[in-house]
Amino acid sequence: MSILVNKDTKVIVQGFTGKEGTFHAEQCMAYGTKIVGGVTPGKGGQEHLGQPVFNTVAEAVASTGATVSMIFVPPAFVSDAVMEAADAGISLAVIITEGAPVKDMMFAKAYAVKKDMMTIGPNCPGIITAEECKIGIMPGFIFKKGNVGLISKSGTLTYESANQVVKEGFGITTAVGIGGDPIIGLSYKQLLPMFEADPETHAIVMIGEIGGDLEIQAAAYIKEHITKPVVAFIAGQTAPAGKRMGHAGAIISGGAGTAAEKMAALEAAGVKVVVSPADIGKALAEVMKKV
Amino acid sequence: MNIHEYQAKELFKKYNVPTLRGHIAFTPDEAVKAAQELGGNIWVVKAQIHAGGRGLGGGVKLAKSTSEVREMAAQILGMQLVTHQTGPEGKLVQKVYIEEGADIKKEYYLGLLLDRALEMPIMMASTEGGMAIEEVAHNTPEKIIKVAIDPLTGFQSFHGRKLAFGLGLPVEEINTFIKFASALYKVYMDHDAEMIEINPLVKTGDSKFLALDAKMGFDNNALYRQSQVNEMRDLSEEEPTEIEAGKFGLSYIKLDGDVGCMVNGAGLAMGTMDTINYEGGKPANFLDVGGSASAETVAKGFDIILKDPNVKAIFVNIFGGIVRCDRVANGIIEATKITNVNVPVIVRLDGTNAVEAVEILKNAGIANIVAATDLADGARKAVAAAKGE
Repeated sequence: MSILVNKDTKVIVQGFTGKEGTFHAEQCMAYGTKIVGGVTPGKGGQEHLGQPVFNTVAEAVASTGATVSMIFVPPAFVSDAVMEAADAGISLAVIITEGAPVKDMMFAKAYAVKKDMMTIGPNCPGIITAEECKIGIMPGFIFKKGNVGLISKSGTLTYESANQVVKEGFGITTAVGIGGDPIIGLSYKQLLPMFEADPETHAIVMIGEIGGDLEIQAAAYIKEHITKPVVAFIAGQTAPAGKRMGHAGAIISGGAGTAAEKMAALEAAGVKVVVSPADIGKALAEVMKKV
Repeated sequence: MNIHEYQAKELFKKYNVPTLRGHIAFTPDEAVKAAQELGGNIWVVKAQIHAGGRGLGGGVKLAKSTSEVREMAAQILGMQLVTHQTGPEGKLVQKVYIEEGADIKKEYYLGLLLDRALEMPIMMASTEGGMAIEEVAHNTPEKIIKVAIDPLTGFQSFHGRKLAFGLGLPVEEINTFIKFASALYKVYMDHDAEMIEINPLVKTGDSKFLALDAKMGFDNNALYRQSQVNEMRDLSEEEPTEIEAGKFGLSYIKLDGDVGCMVNGAGLAMGTMDTINYEGGKPANFLDVGGSASAETVAKGFDIILKDPNVKAIFVNIFGGIVRCDRVANGIIEATKITNVNVPVIVRLDGTNAVEAVEILKNAGIANIVAATDLADGARKAVAAAKGE
């Protein structure tokens, strides 16, 4: 088992024939992901990486039965691509593109919610179910199969955490990189219950960072509803206030969104919070002993 | 990206958000000329820097004659203005805004920003004009009235009514306020603003509303389609090293410690700073070299980190994913040829081809490069090296 995606998930790529889309679609296919086609307006009817190219998402869905779209279009076209996917009945859009305007995402997300389409990202590494299906840009080999669910705002910290989990002798069910923009799709609060319900997931690692209050919402949710052990790290304990730390959403504004307040809320919810990211693997090994 | 008060007011004027008349001046002479053009017998001389709290810091002064305008402009221009937002070193004032006086009856606060939890803009108003809104929010949260505005419907009169009645405005002033708030929402949306703050918003003796101050910040991701806003960018208000880093696709923020950091990915970069702190050291900077970590970007990264004289050691922490570590290792070796790195460099490479990468570094035999096995080991070695151990 796993959450959201598995070896049978049919995936199309929006921005299929572009440089990034091509490179990563190829990597995903090599990992075993069922990429069944792609969309590049004006190139419909062609073949790319052995798969059909369509002019519209609607045609791609009708012809391939795809339920998930991986989006690689340039930032200015992200909201259009997300809305097109939602309109065509895609159930999950994974938005890899970095740099989409916040206003665009505000409209695109509202429309996706209205159309019942889940989104992951933007500006994220994507989602991977270990040894089954990779939809994104993460290095697949790090994610050995196992019993740990992973949710993270940061790409490289996802790899770092997964690597530590594996070094401790455990593995991953599904890892989701949710992105660090001000407006994102699925977040901790939506993903935690999925991991709680997944019988193969025995523990959850959650990586957060400064800015916004998604981690605080997660803490409240964990306290009420999550029975599986959770290990958390919040990046940016040493970040100065008012400075944007790389991610568009990683900023302490008006004194709110600090690592300290998030760590305190998670600890109060019974989460094992580590101060150093180097201790994620060790903390996980500890909680797994009790499972 | 932020702009100055006078620039925000230019945008306001185009959308009929009422402001006072004013002119920008770079010298005391220009300030006097501006006052003469404006006419009247009272003017306000306002320092233009990208920080709040200018009045308290002595950057806003009232003048009752043109000779006073000259005197005050001379005082303010060239000063290092210190406010609660500038840090102790303050900011150099290079221009002043000369504004006509106003008959102020009451001061309010009005702001617009994205509510990340609601995923829509919220407009906030308060009767506590002139005070820092963070303080009001902390001490008397009931004095802040908020309305969320669904972008799919846009600003409606009921949003304005909720704020106006919340502020206790008399019925005959409500429509004027709604017009003001509605126009402000349009300024916000049309320019991809991240926040607008009017503090204070004033009501004049004849019951009109005016933006006495104006602060605006913008979504950097949207600047490509905001040419007018882009032209307002004042590079002298930004950190020169941060601008230079940006030119090379690096994201750099200077901090006050002595362990330089070079990392791929923003989250891991923050995590690396936290690890250094945890191991008893202090990070000198945040630096995300991005996905490629080529010889050129690594060399540029070293250059930028070493501009800070406090740096005693550098911790290079790369988790190779799609980027192969052996390439990064070669990049680091190349970089040491391009630029002179005179402090110990602790290198931790993990992920794709990490074993080969460590070999490459070892074989290069560069004296001040030390290999680390993992994140904790790297941080410990870097902290020790910075302490001269």
